[in-house]
Amino acid sequence: MASSEIDPIHQFHINKIVDLGAPGGVQLAFTNSAAYMVAIVAIIFFFLTYATRGRTLVPGRLQSLAELGYEFVASTVRQTAGNEGMKFFPLIFSLFAFVLIANFVGLIPYTFTVTSHLIVTAALALVVIGTVIIYGFMRHGTHFLGLFVPSGVPAFLLPFMVVIEVISFLSRPISLSLRLFANMLAGHIAMKVFAGFVVMMSATGIAGALGATLPLAMVVALTALEFLVAFLQAYVFTVLTCIYLNDALHPGH
Amino acid sequence: MPQTQGPSVTYVIAQANVPSSPAGVGTEDGAVALPQGVEHNGVEIGATPGEAHAGGFPPFDAHTFPSQLIWLAITFGALYLLMSRIALPRIGTILEERHDRIADDIEEAGRLKAESEAAAEAYEQALATARGKAHAIAAETRDRLSADAEASRKSLEAGLNDKLSAAEAQIAATKTSAMSNVRGIAVDAAGAIVSGLIGTQPAPQQVEAAVDAVVKN
Repeated sequence: MASSEIDPIHQFHINKIVDLGAPGGVQLAFTNSAAYMVAIVAIIFFFLTYATRGRTLVPGRLQSLAELGYEFVASTVRQTAGNEGMKFFPLIFSLFAFVLIANFVGLIPYTFTVTSHLIVTAALALVVIGTVIIYGFMRHGTHFLGLFVPSGVPAFLLPFMVVIEVISFLSRPISLSLRLFANMLAGHIAMKVFAGFVVMMSATGIAGALGATLPLAMVVALTALEFLVAFLQAYVFTVLTCIYLNDALHPGH
Repeated sequence: MPQTQGPSVTYVIAQANVPSSPAGVGTEDGAVALPQGVEHNGVEIGATPGEAHAGGFPPFDAHTFPSQLIWLAITFGALYLLMSRIALPRIGTILEERHDRIADDIEEAGRLKAESEAAAEAYEQALATARGKAHAIAAETRDRLSADAEASRKSLEAGLNDKLSAAEAQIAATKTSAMSNVRGIAVDAAGAIVSGLIGTQPAPQQVEAAVDAVVKN
């Protein structure tokens, strides 16, 4: 048991809470990850509705926070995708809120970080890219493919450029999902490893306990860094989503 | 402690390299932790709670993917609906109302400012008119007072001139009478001198004529 307490990977394990059987050979369960997802949605929704319950003209603290989040995402969307991008505002806000709260909830000790699982971040990235592709073809038809044909390129270079553009487009969901996943995973492992050092060193005696202050300071510093990373990764995810959606809105280079 | 830590990490990394063979890992773990594993079928065992932390690198454990995807779809779909239908319109309405209210207030403030500027202008104008009027009244009063003073000065001067001329006339009369007295005395004295010199009384008319001739010269 002691080894699992210090095991830096232990925090990423997915445990079944309610087993829902295996319809069609695919096992389904309500897991700790699912519980955190539900909690994240509940936190976001209840915070936003509770904070704005007064609908006051002069906002209180909570309402200011809710409005701040709204304005922050809205200005990000407007700056990167223009006013047309506001039709995707609910999706982008949902993504930002989900990733942000998932990252922050994961920073609470003993919690599970939903965004530290590649499948979750990949699914979110696929939602973004799927939206870009579907909306792009709905809006522009085959003109959307002009996204892959940069203008002002010599004819003999064009095939290579198209290949490069297609590869870069296809790598977007990969980089989008891996960035968030890797940041969350690495940060939490680093914190756990240093925290494990504190436990191990302080168990060896007084000298070890004194020496453990170094990794302890490191854990404190890492925690601060992780708070920054938690926000920054949510913001980066949002900004990149806006940029990709901007391509769907304006495919021309 | 370091001894238990070391192998655990290397074991995990080694498992992370072979995520594509979860069945083998599962059966291997099934032997380690029997209690829950035996009751389910062989494939499921790898993800059961008891031995889950030994079942490879969790983010690459494909057994958990369907559950995560389904719950992500459910929760994120719910979040999207809640945000797009309820929460965001609500905040948007609040912000719009505030925006409108601020715009209205600015407009109102502009109107009031224009009003107050007009009032200030009217006040300035009234002040200027009043000042002009006051100037006119002051000038008129000054003119009237100076005219009065001039008139009284003139009447006073006239009175003084009258008195002066009267006094001069009186002086002249007094002088004339005094001169005529002197002439009488001169006539008497000339008569007396002539009678003393020659012993005869000259005729008064002659004496008078002689005195007048002398006086006239």
